[in-house]
This record gives sequence, C-alpha cells and structure tokens, in this order.
Amino acid sequence: MERSGPVVRFDAVGLAYPAPGGGLGAEVLRGVSLALDDGSFTWLLGPSGAGKTSLLRLMHAALRPTRGAVEVLGVGTGAAPRRTLPELRRRIGVVHQDLRLLPHLSIFDNVALPLRLGRRPESVIAEDVAEILRWIGLDHRAHARPEELSGGEQQRAAIARAVVCRPTLLLADEPTGNVDASQARRLLALFAEMNRLGTTIVIATHSEDLVQRFPAPAMRLERGRIRGHDEG
Amino acid sequence: MTRAERARRRAGARDPLGLRRAMSDRLLQALIAAMALLAALTFAGARAADGFAERWRSGAESAVTVQVPEPSLTRMALALGVLSVMPEVAEANPVDGERMAELLRPWLGDQPALPLPGVIEVRLRDLNADVALIGDRVAEAVPGAVTEAHGVWVARLAALARGVRGMALAALALVVLIAVAVVAVAVRTGIAARQESVLVLHQLGATGSEIAGRFARRAAALAFGGGAAGAALAVPAFFVLARLAQPFGDAVPTEGLGGLPWDRVPWIDLALVPLAAAAIGWLTAQAVVRRWLARLP
Ligand SMILES: Nc1ncnc2c1ncn2[C@@H]1O[C@H](COP(=O)(O)OP(=O)(O)OP(=O)(O)O)[C@@H](O)[C@H]1O
Ligand SMILES: [Mg+2]
Repeated sequence: MERSGPVVRFDAVGLAYPAPGGGLGAEVLRGVSLALDDGSFTWLLGPSGAGKTSLLRLMHAALRPTRGAVEVLGVGTGAAPRRTLPELRRRIGVVHQDLRLLPHLSIFDNVALPLRLGRRPESVIAEDVAEILRWIGLDHRAHARPEELSGGEQQRAAIARAVVCRPTLLLADEPTGNVDASQARRLLALFAEMNRLGTTIVIATHSEDLVQRFPAPAMRLERGRIRGHDEG
Repeated sequence: MTRAERARRRAGARDPLGLRRAMSDRLLQALIAAMALLAALTFAGARAADGFAERWRSGAESAVTVQVPEPSLTRMALALGVLSVMPEVAEANPVDGERMAELLRPWLGDQPALPLPGVIEVRLRDLNADVALIGDRVAEAVPGAVTEAHGVWVARLAALARGVRGMALAALALVVLIAVAVVAVAVRTGIAARQESVLVLHQLGATGSEIAGRFARRAAALAFGGGAAGAALAVPAFFVLARLAQPFGDAVPTEGLGGLPWDRVPWIDLALVPLAAAAIGWLTAQAVVRRWLARLP
C-alpha cells in the first residue's frame, strides 16, 4: 500500500489519564506536535515521568488523545471507529517497558501470538518463530515459560514478539533496560537492520550510551512537552 | 521436540488465553447440570400438564347439565330464563332435541317410546359456585328439573393443570435467568484471572470478536457438558414419572429393554437441553466479554 506523508503525525496533542474520582486528571502530554517519516529511526529521550510511555501508547492506539489529532499509518486514531483499530495495531510492533509476556504460555507461543492473530498457517509460524528465536539467542528456551527466564531473556522474548510479524512501525519502550552491554549492542543491531529494511522505529530510553552508539534524530520530552527535536 | 512439547504447542495455538485453566470451573458445570435437570423436569411437567388439560377440556365444557322432564316449550323457556339471570352462570344452551335423539338411537331405536328429557348445558363463570343452590332454584321454577355437576371436578382439574403449566413455564424462565447469571459470573471471573492476557491480545490487534469468541467457546463447552450431565440425570426421573402417569394415559403400557419405558422419555427434548445450555453459555459470554472490552479504545 502506498502511503503519502509521515508514518506518525501528532498535531497539538494533549493527553490526560482518567482521574480516580472520575473525569480527567491533569494533562501528562501537552501541545505535542511531531511527524515521523517513513523509514525513520527516532530516539525518544527524557527523564522518568516525562511521558515517553504515554506518547508511545498514543502511537499504537492503546490510548486516544484527549486533545489534538494523532494519525498513525494513515489512520486518525482520535475519531476512528473501534473496529478499525485492531487492523492498525497488527501493523505495529510494540516492546512494552513491562514486557507483558503471557505467563501461562511458552516463549514459543508468546512469540507466535501476533502470527496466529494474523491467521498464518502453523507451518509458517513454526519456521518464523524458530528463526527469530535463533537470531535473538533464545532457541534453546523455546519451550520454557517466561518465569523460568532471566530478566534479559524475557526482554529479548518480548522483542522477538514485537518484530516477528515484520511490522511497519516498531515502538520499543526501554528495550535494553535489563540486558548487559553486549546484548544491548546486539539488540540495537537488530533494530538497525530492521530499520535498514524499511521499518520505522521509535525507541524510548534513558541510556545515553545506547544513543551515542547509534546516532539518530532524538526527541526530548520534559514534563509532557517536547523540548527539542535534534538531528543526531 | 518431544511429544509433550508438541501437545503444549497445539494447546498454545488453540487456547492462547489459557482459558482451560482459568475457566475450568467444576462448580459452574455442576450448577449448570443441576439447572439442566430442573429445566428438563419442569419442561416435562409443563408438557404433562398440557396433555392433561387438553384431555380434560372436552369434559369441562359442559360442567353442569340441567335435565327438564316433559320438555314443553314453556318449561324449557322457564328453565333457561331462570338460569340466564343467575350471576354464576356464564352460558346456558339447550341441547338440540334431534341431536339427543341421534345420540340415543343406538339404545332407544328410531321412535323412542320413552319421553326424552330436555337437556340444558350450563357453563359456569366460576367453577367454585355452589351447584346445589343452582339446582334448587331451577327446581323451584320448573318442578322436576334435575341439575347435575359431573363436569365440575373435571373442569377444576383442567384449570389446575393449566395453572401448573403456567407455573412450570415461569419456573423454566427463572432457570434460564439463573443460568445466564451463573455463566456471567464465571466469565467475569475468567476475565479477571486473565485480564493481563486479554489486554495483551487486544494490544496485539485481536478484534473484539476474536477475544469474545474464545470466552464464548469455552463457556459453551462447559455449559454443554453440564447440560448433558443434567439431561442424563433426568432420564431415571422420566422413568418414574412415566410409571406414575401410566394410569392416566391411554397408551398401552410398554416395557422396553430392562423393563423400562424407554419410549416414554422425550429424547428430543432432552437432547435440546445441552444445546440450549451451550447457546446460553455462548451468548452470555459474548455479551459479558464485549461489554468488558467496550471500555478499551
Ligand atoms: N495509567 C496511568 N494513569 C494515570 N497516570 C498515569 C498513567 N500512566 C502514566 N501516568 C502518569 O503520566 C506521567 C507520564 O508517565 P509515563 O509512563 O508516560 O512516563 P515515562 O516517561 O515513560 O517514565 P519512565 O521513564 O519512568 O518510564 C506520569 O506523571 C505518570 O504518573
Ligand atoms: Mg515509561
């Protein structure tokens, strides 16, 4: 499908979470405008609590903006009917900060989830999952449950699940928080390779070291506002 | 890959939410079985009451008859006049003399030597009305008139049967409502147990119907099992009922395999019980899950 314009566009976006007592709380994102080009790689930086995770949630339509307009892969998520969002989400890979592996499924089945939702044949699924697990160094743990894995291994499994269906847009929230430096480099190489093949990538991180290793445009969030959008 | 691993992978493909564990509720199945048994028996009760009411209705139509000897036109008119002004009488109709003769011809021949009484069929407004009182008042106006209430008891039984049937249907509706509630609670518990997984599936792009379908299939399977168990338990009850109802029916007593009246069991109705339970489970789970998902964007 040919798309014109950016993959992600925010126009004066505000986001407020529901307040515990009903209604909306204070805005955690304010006046955020941005545009990410097809095939771009962007670092999302900022101190803890700045709103990085919230911004990524808006990008994969887990939340709708409470103000302004968000457009992802040509879909305006603010006004789009609910039934149009699942298809959009299937084209976006997400690595959550808290991983969100399903505890009752093996690593293989966790990674296979997006493919099964896409109704691929089991033989194709077996091949694709085996390949990505091999690449990420978890092929020997395919039948283990998430709780039997180390933190870093779980993180790699979450990344495998996000990339296995070759998404158009990949959003990773602190994807190297639990792995050692050499693993982090290896994962970064995976992201770089996907980006080279055309995937648009956004990675939120605290790690200045990682950013230095792979210079790319960086967006800096501070207390819900974009403070700078510097070219890396 | 070992066989166990292969089996586990198949399970992972079929049941990504692990609902076989999260919704394995034996209690749910036991409750559904109990309700299926109740439903089967209630339904059978309604059907039986229906049959009895039908059989008795013809008898109940002429609950009271008044016989007028020497039925001259004046005496018949007098009797009809008295009956028609009584508040407890709904309707009083003379039975056609020719029809009477027709009915009696086998016994009395074409030209009956006996003088036939005139007969008036009376329908009562209230079956509890005192028939003796009606008889006294008619006899007072038309000497010799005899009032008989043979049909009153039959009519009362028929009314009772209709009442029982109405109650049975109400009880059936109640059983269905409780089944819906029980399934709804079980599904909510299942969602609560798998909330994180449901959210992950939703985030990965599963549609509402995919997620709701998983819960609905699980609920339908559990309800079907419970319903089948309940229907099976109802079979011996039907044997007992069939025995008890034998004297009232006109069917020739039949004894099948093992001396049991197999043909008196409503097999088709029983087969519908698990199907109805499955349908209730499926629909309820769909509604509950979709309502829960509606909160998500
Ligand atoms: N579900 C929620 N309900 C209410 N408030 C929330 C929720 N999630 C986040 N917030 C608030 O939104 C603000 C931004 O949080 P967010 O998680 O986006 O920050 P972050 O930049 O990802 O931080 P970190 O680097 O620690 O992950 C915080 O003040 C937080 O308290
Ligand atoms: Mg965060």
